Amino acid sequence: MAAFIIRRTLGAVIVLAVVSFLTFCIFIVIPGGDPAERMAGKNATDENIANIRETWGFDQPFYVQYAKMMQNVFSGDLISYTTQQDVIAEIKRGLPATLSLAIGAAIIWLFFGVLVGVISAVTAGRWSDRGITILALIGISMPVFWLGILARYYLGPENAGIFPDGQYVPLTENPVDWFYHMILPWFVLAVLFIGFYGRVLRSNILDSINEDYVRTARAKGLNPRRVLIKHVLRNSMIPIVTLFALDFAAVIGGGAILTETVFDLQGVGQYAARSVRTLDLPPIMAVTLLGAFFIVFFNAIVDFLYAYLDPRIRPS
Amino acid sequence: MAERLLEVKGLKVEFATEDGVVNAVDGVSFTLDRGQVLGIVGESGSGKSVTAMTMLGLTRGVNARFEGEVNYKGRDLIGMSEDELQTVRGNEIAMIFQDPMTAMNPVYRVGMQIAEGLRAHNSRMNKHQSRARGVELLRAVGIPNPESRVDDYPHQFSGGMRQRAMIAMALANNPDILIADEPTTALDVTIQAQIIELIDRLKDEFNSAVILITHDLGVVAEIADVIMVMYAGRVVEVGSKRQIFYDPQHPYTWGLLGSIPRLDRPKADRLHSIEGVPPSLINLPQGCKFRPRCPHAFEKCWEEPALENRVEEPGHLDRCWLPVEAKRNIREATISGETRAA
Repeated sequence: MAAFIIRRTLGAVIVLAVVSFLTFCIFIVIPGGDPAERMAGKNATDENIANIRETWGFDQPFYVQYAKMMQNVFSGDLISYTTQQDVIAEIKRGLPATLSLAIGAAIIWLFFGVLVGVISAVTAGRWSDRGITILALIGISMPVFWLGILARYYLGPENAGIFPDGQYVPLTENPVDWFYHMILPWFVLAVLFIGFYGRVLRSNILDSINEDYVRTARAKGLNPRRVLIKHVLRNSMIPIVTLFALDFAAVIGGGAILTETVFDLQGVGQYAARSVRTLDLPPIMAVTLLGAFFIVFFNAIVDFLYAYLDPRIRPS
Repeated sequence: MAERLLEVKGLKVEFATEDGVVNAVDGVSFTLDRGQVLGIVGESGSGKSVTAMTMLGLTRGVNARFEGEVNYKGRDLIGMSEDELQTVRGNEIAMIFQDPMTAMNPVYRVGMQIAEGLRAHNSRMNKHQSRARGVELLRAVGIPNPESRVDDYPHQFSGGMRQRAMIAMALANNPDILIADEPTTALDVTIQAQIIELIDRLKDEFNSAVILITHDLGVVAEIADVIMVMYAGRVVEVGSKRQIFYDPQHPYTWGLLGSIPRLDRPKADRLHSIEGVPPSLINLPQGCKFRPRCPHAFEKCWEEPALENRVEEPGHLDRCWLPVEAKRNIREATISGETRAA
């Protein structure tokens, strides 16, 4: 166990170092990537630009700049090039909205994804399965920005008036309003995953339903519900666990950029999107690291869960 | 006379597939008494497993069609509702399968998988009791240290131990009938003998009847009372073990006998096999189904022979047009592989 944690932590450090270094290098090579020119403004003199270079340390070799940036990331002194604001504080401000969105959507997509997958598999070939398959494909193919805007337009104050027009209300401020404001973003983000998980689970179930041990379970005289839940679903859910953990990590780490932007939730993803538009490296670096961290972290959790879910890979 | 447990009459099983209707089982009839061991022998696709699984309703599905009767102690298992059949499965009739590697769920402990079957049929049994019974059963099938092995996962058992555990699972509710579908095929030879011996011994201890399905006449030779040879979904010969081994009437039975490696015959260069492949169950050959592969086929074989008693001894039935005397003269050569299909 201790060895597992140490090995995983070391691996995580290496992954984060590589990710951050690559992100940094991209900014050196992209055109217009020089922050000093952009910070100086349109009518700046060469002298202005040189001054900015010196004060911000852009005249240093790139590895020194990289080391300095890493140091700032972990000491919390990272300052945005465009807004001159504290990046870590901005991320902290966006995190509640992002977490609310990710956790709520994850619960919805896991619940409905499993439900849809099971219904589709047990009625395989019948009209309900066909109907679900078509809906799932539509769900997977609908772009979030389009679906989100439609939902906002037709269900929001503009037309039906059932839901508010986006924006985030902190949970601590007003839980009812928080929930009310999150419903649309949750479902819009979850639709894609529901379709996808439903499809994956359906085929997993249809595979395991033909396993010999399922036949054994039936031959033992177990009732069909127990066979389905204890023997078929239990084994079909193992791959879903991996998918879920990684998707969830990606959504927390800024993967819900489109949903956050469409509903103006002011979350971490939206912050990242704004920073990319202005080629503002410090926030991009911080959000990328945050996302990478969550993915690495949840990957380790998946490995750990796997050993619990499948005794064959448990170390003896 | 021993109690009659099972009477199968004219069982017919068809599966509708995209390529056509598969005639998996066609007109199979037999009986089984308490304490008896019935061996069903045949190649893959001869319908022996489908016959067995149909008795437990495990072949039911939208594409399956059944005819005939499977009468278990006066109740028809074919027409029985799924709910009622559930009380029979694993309780009165239990089944063990070919590959013990895959027949147990890899994510549950062996003890739990035994207990699960116990509790399905004994709603009053608690976890503690079912576990204790699991230990008892594992001991009965010869698992060493059953008190600790009961908490092992299937992958911690060897192949032979897993098949023993499967037998323990099947015997959990003291069934009247144990169906063993190729129980030794996936095991090596020394373990095979142990498993067959175990089934034979436990049958007496549990006072059950056994249906032993195999493609290997050598396996049934040890314990079967009656042997039923199946080909292309039909019974081609049935008789006592002595009749089948010492006076086999059907050329297919001869082929099966010839394919057993034997120490009491001169060593052959290679093991005999029956020429050709079993027919497609969608497009069965006209007449005798074995005709295309039979080295002795003649005109009359284009018409299908009935399963009839053709020899002096009652109870020994076969489906072959050849005169009994002629068969007795030519079969030795066929069994030893000297005569082959043209």
